[in-house]
Amino acid sequence: MPDTSPIPIVPSSSDLAQCVRCGLCLQSCPTYVQTGLETESPRGRLYLMKALAEGEIEPTANVIGHMDQCLQCRNCEAVCPSGVPFGRIMERTRAGILEGNSSPFSWRLRSLFLRHVIAQPKALSIFAAVFRLYGRTGLRTLVERIPGIGERALLAPTMEGRPFTKSGLLARPDGEVRQRVALLTGCIMPHAFGRVHRATVRVLARNGCEVEAPPDQVCCGALHAHNGDLNTAMDLARRNIDVFLGAGVDAVIVNSAGCGAAMKEYDELLAGDSEYRDAAKRFSTLVKDISEFLVDLPFKVPSGQVQATVTYQDSCHLAHAQRITSAPREILRSIASLTLVEMDRPDGCCGSAGVYSLTQPKMSIELLDEKMRAVSDTKASVIATSNPGCMSQLESGLRRHGAPGEVVHVVELLDRAYPDR
Amino acid sequence: MAKTQIISDLQSAIGKKWVLYAPEDLLVYEYDATIERGLPEAVVLPNSAEQVAASVRIARRHNVPVTARGAGTGLSGGAIPCEGGVVLVTSRLNRILEVDAENRIAVVEPGVINLDISRAVDPHGLYYAPDPSSQKVCTIGGNVAENSGGPHCLRYGMTTNHVLGLEIVTAEGEIVSLGGKTDTAGYDLTGIVVGSEGTLAIVTKVIVRLLHKPESTITILAIFDEVDEASQAASAMIAGGVLPAALEMMDKNTMEAVEPFINAGYPPDAGAVLLIEVEGLEEDAREQSEQVQAVCKELSAREIRIGLSPEDRERLWAGRKGALGALGRLTPSYYILDGVVPRTRLPEVLRGIYDACDRHGFRVANVFHAGDGNLHPNVMFDEREPGVTERVLKLGEEIMRLCVDADGSITGEHGVGSEKRSYMSWIFSEDDMTAMKRLKLAFSATDGFNPGKVFPTSKGCGEVSSRMKAAIAKVGPDAYV
Ligand SMILES: Cc1cc2nc3c(=O)[nH]c(=O)nc-3n(C[C@H](O)[C@H](O)[C@H](O)COP(=O)(O)OP(=O)(O)OC[C@H]3O[C@@H](n4cnc5c(N)ncnc54)[C@H](O)[C@@H]3O)c2cc1C
Ligand code: SF4
Ligand code: SF4
Repeated sequence: MPDTSPIPIVPSSSDLAQCVRCGLCLQSCPTYVQTGLETESPRGRLYLMKALAEGEIEPTANVIGHMDQCLQCRNCEAVCPSGVPFGRIMERTRAGILEGNSSPFSWRLRSLFLRHVIAQPKALSIFAAVFRLYGRTGLRTLVERIPGIGERALLAPTMEGRPFTKSGLLARPDGEVRQRVALLTGCIMPHAFGRVHRATVRVLARNGCEVEAPPDQVCCGALHAHNGDLNTAMDLARRNIDVFLGAGVDAVIVNSAGCGAAMKEYDELLAGDSEYRDAAKRFSTLVKDISEFLVDLPFKVPSGQVQATVTYQDSCHLAHAQRITSAPREILRSIASLTLVEMDRPDGCCGSAGVYSLTQPKMSIELLDEKMRAVSDTKASVIATSNPGCMSQLESGLRRHGAPGEVVHVVELLDRAYPDR
Repeated sequence: MAKTQIISDLQSAIGKKWVLYAPEDLLVYEYDATIERGLPEAVVLPNSAEQVAASVRIARRHNVPVTARGAGTGLSGGAIPCEGGVVLVTSRLNRILEVDAENRIAVVEPGVINLDISRAVDPHGLYYAPDPSSQKVCTIGGNVAENSGGPHCLRYGMTTNHVLGLEIVTAEGEIVSLGGKTDTAGYDLTGIVVGSEGTLAIVTKVIVRLLHKPESTITILAIFDEVDEASQAASAMIAGGVLPAALEMMDKNTMEAVEPFINAGYPPDAGAVLLIEVEGLEEDAREQSEQVQAVCKELSAREIRIGLSPEDRERLWAGRKGALGALGRLTPSYYILDGVVPRTRLPEVLRGIYDACDRHGFRVANVFHAGDGNLHPNVMFDEREPGVTERVLKLGEEIMRLCVDADGSITGEHGVGSEKRSYMSWIFSEDDMTAMKRLKLAFSATDGFNPGKVFPTSKGCGEVSSRMKAAIAKVGPDAYV
């Protein structure tokens, strides 16, 4: 049932009633498998969120703790036979808590940071520059050695390579223009993984796309929505809709799974906004993950090769929110000399989950260690994935375990396989 | 009851982290997959048989009951603490202790997930046969307690046929072994504990029998215009001497729920389908498959799909196994019944069930193990509608009556639990019941394990729960902290 309240700060009762408590999601939930606690399970969280919505319980520190432990990975949503929209229910529950009188200080602080740093390009650039310095001066290496803080610090994103700062027209294909597309540059990706954007642009151009990055685009608002700041998320969504629809492109390309998932759901987010509802629907159909887009195109099979054993980590918001699991694998399999070895539970969360690795380092590290065990069993030297958060987390995993290897975005491998780039 | 005392005793026995008593934490242990509710006073998650025994002794000293809980997917309220007390969760007892491939035996802890056994022994070409539809999440301890079945139990038998021995903790808190890897002399005590729904003992170790994977499996989807034809085909198949490995039926309403979940290719306009699997040596399987197809054709199957790809097969089964959950797409709540009838009476009883639901004004979805005559009518309703639960329960009673009147029984595999204990008197005489109670007494003189289950009592589970909720509402959420 469409929910059309203007500011959705309570999950709708029809969403909540969707859970029949069959328990079929339990073993897909990383935090349940890790703890064995029903309180840290999808079914348990849904029961608590229902009790909250119905005023049966209060958002005590204990209840908020169980919400905080949730990765919002939406693995439960993907396996739920009943179609419970877990992600939406959790976002709205968090929104209700954040708006309410008993919202925890840490949540308000987080939401301030997301609003005033992450969503503001200038502030973010300064923040990224400081971070870059922190990495370059060796301060990072030092901090990571401090007992007690080191483990946490290890999970902070790396901002090393050259940032991506271009906007406007980015590339034209050599031959005929098959499609005109716009690239979402996003918040973290251009600073932490500028190289992924550069590879994306090259691959798109090679496949007949004219690529632009509309200069006025803003952060997608995913992190804000996940943390319950739906007002900011809606503001950002409206601005992006104006900018991207205004560009009149055939598709909006996203190479960050978390952003793609959020943008594909702008129509849900703005369902209660009579002015933007229809535009949001149109916009959402234009949004394509890079792998999805390339496979649909279809992309040119590369003539070069990449000599490597690769394992693919499904990014949660690609596999579970966007339900895309075969496209990235299809791309990897198209590359000559590349051997794809699947790890155990490739779609299990690596513990990155937006800001989770910073707010819940203990669980995050437990999940990361599990993940690195699965990776090391494959003997792969390259981990490919589809989201900057996952890339950064997996890089931390390699450093933490002193393991050799490389973390890349799927599109980077395709880029390497096209000759003379 | 001296609450703080028992909590601190439990904490010192198994560690602070693994004793829950905050009211919001208890709240999520008041349910299982049924519509029943009952709040515990504490939840413990022991990590060894010794910790289980210690928890049981502490509860006994404080005179409160203990209810075991696996994954809480039970469909008869088994894991719900009807009379409060301690809920003992087995999720941390999840180690596969031994795999003896040569003798086709595995020793596992009770919290091991059913499917994880098959995954672990797969490299040896072995598997664990009983496959409840919940097998991806339910525990072997829960399977043992409910003597669970599953689609493939038609050929291979229920849980009890695959359990060779157990380690249990008695109501006195002693650790005892029953049965073993080889045949043991004396009474078959293992067989008594299997299916006892957690009322006799807490299982802390299970010795299971493993099977070799069949050489050949053929999956057949037979599509019928009418439910009646499908159920006649099912009973004709068994009567004709074919014993498929699985023979499952799904009706139109079920398929309507399942298709959007999995896109398995279940036809939306058919009255019912039979999902059939035959197994064995290659030749044998082929022969059986031909017999199955002949019967289906004779009973005017509209279409028979065979030669399915592994992906198709997987999707069809995922649809079948997710069917109960998928019903949530059609209705906010449903009441799952579990009755058995002789297979020859299937068509007539099914007709009676559709009639009764019509008369009471409820939609029903039937998805069940047709080969065993094990019916699962799911009555759909909206919990939020006042007075509806009583009406649904009344309809449920009428349906159970239909089964019993057709020489059937009140549970095929989900157990009696708290849900169906009042129907026990329909199939058992006073004397039968006294005999069962005496058996229970032989295990323990107290009602320390899962009271309020199996045997009829005057107190319902729901009452206890609403009393607890009222208490929380009155004193505030921190009442029990
Ligand atoms: C979608 C769905 C499909 C299902 N399909 C089937 C099916 O095909 N066939 C079938 O038979 N059932 C089926 N069930 C019912 C249920 O999954 C089974 O009864 C299962 O065995 C319960 O396991 P559990 O771990 O969830 O146990 P729980 O629900 O936690 O407990 C069930 C009972 O076992 C007792 N118990 C648990 N662990 C122990 C222990 N260690 N020692 C002693 N007692 C213990 C509990 O006290 C309780 O009485 C289904 C359920 C769902 C939700
Ligand atoms: S979320 Fe879905 S799978 Fe999980 S218990 Fe609820 S209905 Fe079942
Ligand atoms: S979103 Fe992920 S962590 Fe949260 S309940 Fe679902 S599966 Fe568990």
